[in-house]
Amino acid sequence: MNKKIQLIKNSILFATTSLLVIGCSIDEKQTVITKTQLVMQEEFDTNGAPNPSMWSYNIGTGANGWGNNELQYYTDRPENITIENGSLKITARKELYLGSSYTSARILTKGKFEQKYGRIEARIKLPWGKGIWPAFWMLGANSDTVLWPQSGEIDIMEYIGSKPTQVFGTVHGPGYSGGEAISKSYTLPNDRFDNDFHIFGIEWGENYINYYVDDVLYNQITPKDVEGEWVFNQPFYIILNIAVGGNLPGSPNSETVFPQTMLVDYVRVYE
Amino acid sequence: MSLLLVFGCQNDDADLQTAKASSTAEIFIDTPIGMGTNFYFPYGAGPDNPIGSKLNAWSVDQKVSYKGTASMRFDVPNSNDPEGNYAGGIFKIDGAGRDLTQYDALTFWAKASQGVTVAELGFGEDFFPNKYITTVRNITLGTTWTKFIIPIPDASKLVLEKGMFRYAANTNDTNGKGYTFWIDELKFEKLGTIAHGQASIMNGNNISQTTFVGVKSTIDNFAATFNLPSGINQAVSLSSAYLTFVSSNPSVASVDATGVVTSLSAGTAVITAKFGDTVATGSLTINCVGTFVHAPTPTKTAANVISLFSNAYTNVPVNYYNGYWQPWQTTVSNDFTVNGDDVLNYTIFNFVGIEYSSPTINATAMTHVHLDVFFPGPIAPGRQLRVIVVDFGADGVFNGGDDTRHSTTFTAPTLVTNKWIGIDIPFSSMPGLLSRAHLAQLILEGGDGSVLYVDNIYYYK
Repeated sequence: MNKKIQLIKNSILFATTSLLVIGCSIDEKQTVITKTQLVMQEEFDTNGAPNPSMWSYNIGTGANGWGNNELQYYTDRPENITIENGSLKITARKELYLGSSYTSARILTKGKFEQKYGRIEARIKLPWGKGIWPAFWMLGANSDTVLWPQSGEIDIMEYIGSKPTQVFGTVHGPGYSGGEAISKSYTLPNDRFDNDFHIFGIEWGENYINYYVDDVLYNQITPKDVEGEWVFNQPFYIILNIAVGGNLPGSPNSETVFPQTMLVDYVRVYE
Repeated sequence: MSLLLVFGCQNDDADLQTAKASSTAEIFIDTPIGMGTNFYFPYGAGPDNPIGSKLNAWSVDQKVSYKGTASMRFDVPNSNDPEGNYAGGIFKIDGAGRDLTQYDALTFWAKASQGVTVAELGFGEDFFPNKYITTVRNITLGTTWTKFIIPIPDASKLVLEKGMFRYAANTNDTNGKGYTFWIDELKFEKLGTIAHGQASIMNGNNISQTTFVGVKSTIDNFAATFNLPSGINQAVSLSSAYLTFVSSNPSVASVDATGVVTSLSAGTAVITAKFGDTVATGSLTINCVGTFVHAPTPTKTAANVISLFSNAYTNVPVNYYNGYWQPWQTTVSNDFTVNGDDVLNYTIFNFVGIEYSSPTINATAMTHVHLDVFFPGPIAPGRQLRVIVVDFGADGVFNGGDDTRHSTTFTAPTLVTNKWIGIDIPFSSMPGLLSRAHLAQLILEGGDGSVLYVDNIYYYK
């Protein structure tokens, strides 16, 4: 056990050093991942609804549009969420549904798979268009007993469809949430995120979270970077969703094409 | 792999020429690149622009540039400039065309001497056949350098393109006052960030047309919209050559590569277009009702006829065949041509005025007016058709106190359905018409909102 911890610490040092190297010169061969022991894999290989032993649903509109004035009603209908051809399909639709103008889906591993530290990544093809707001993210497993943002939020990948070449990774915690969250964006060179699948991940350990897209490590967040308590040394659960509208992306416009689908090839967790 | 290479070497000369086409991206950086000597062709005079583009509107500006030492400068003249009232032209390679298949956009940096909207920027115009002409309209330029992207609709088509750049700019947006804009770093690029191309025909609308065998219809208004890396949708106007047209029922209506549709037999056919692997929005539905019955060909000697509308004679000048007289007129013209025979087609017909006042007609030597009419639908009981001949009097203009007219009313059994009805009215039966020296209008009345075809309108003796 001690030995293992030692190994991880070595990995941390390596990752930190790597970052410095990237900061000075772009090294395409840079190793961005160090955690390689697979502890969870969700390959979305069985057609139909997501595996209920791993995923549950958020249904409805939440309070104030899930806190962001989002416009969609989340459902568990196959029109909004299903597994097909080896991918999870979350589909945002423009339709009148129980008082909302849009429907979509949001699934989470709360109480089913919760993880403290590790490498958490997903391979995703993103949708596009103004007002489309997909995310691959995590909330603190204590979120029922501890109020957000004290419970913590790690946004591994967020994206708004009106900026198809850019994603961003963010942490929210006490004193640094909402508009004050610690965030960094990554712009894909000579391509866009709705053209094909890309890998979005973090390597997360004690007192650090490293963000990567494909083979590019683009940020590290440590307690030094946050204006408050570091709340990420505890288990978190995973969330996948597409929001429509809301404070961040603004509402869809007449040019937004519906339906819009996020394809998730897999979610994998390594230690 | 080796075999393939050997075959490549054995291809004939034409293929080798194609394979060797330059794929140079740059058009203008600090000088024109790979354009040859004689590459700039300003637009000439035309029906809409009697003067044409000012010849020296384009120059190389050695003092202004986004990058490097020079830029392309476009001086848009004042609208009253005697040397040309707008600026426009093409940059066409003086030499072999380029292979642009590896690129996805034409890009450039631009700014203007004031905020302006430039009418058209694009490429693919080569005088002629302008096969792949591609244009972005109404580009807003500010006074600071900004990068612009014109998506290439389908680069796989551009294997040998000479039309590198085209522009047209006027002063509609500046109250006739001239201005200058600059373009720099003009080149093709592979951005990789342009996506979701969606083409449209007929402005994206689903249009229906009733036709006869032999009628030609046109698919037009081709465009495609692309999502740019900025997230903004950019529309470009396309030529037909980027699209493949498809008829759902080729025995009813065929469509050629340019979008001209020919009705062939009775039935329904939907014409759509493919853009690469995607289907363009918009369509034209042809409802062909069968073979058209032509009006009898007039037999009067041309010397004894003053013709307003007939393919059998040379027509005198006619101001219009439908004056769209407001506020009461509902009649809409959907005139058609069947196998070279032009037919006036009045739909939603209540009344319509035909005017030929510039100049008026002196029919003093004539004895009759003739027209052929056809009611393709049922005729309601009591239905009238009134033919009114109007003389503008000695002053030759409408009103003025000396206009005279006579209205002749026709009813069943003269009026029948689905048959050409020849109408001949002698002037001797038009007591209300005090003169026929200044004939200027022929008015048809009595419609009930149905359809009326008219052909062969003439005065004769």
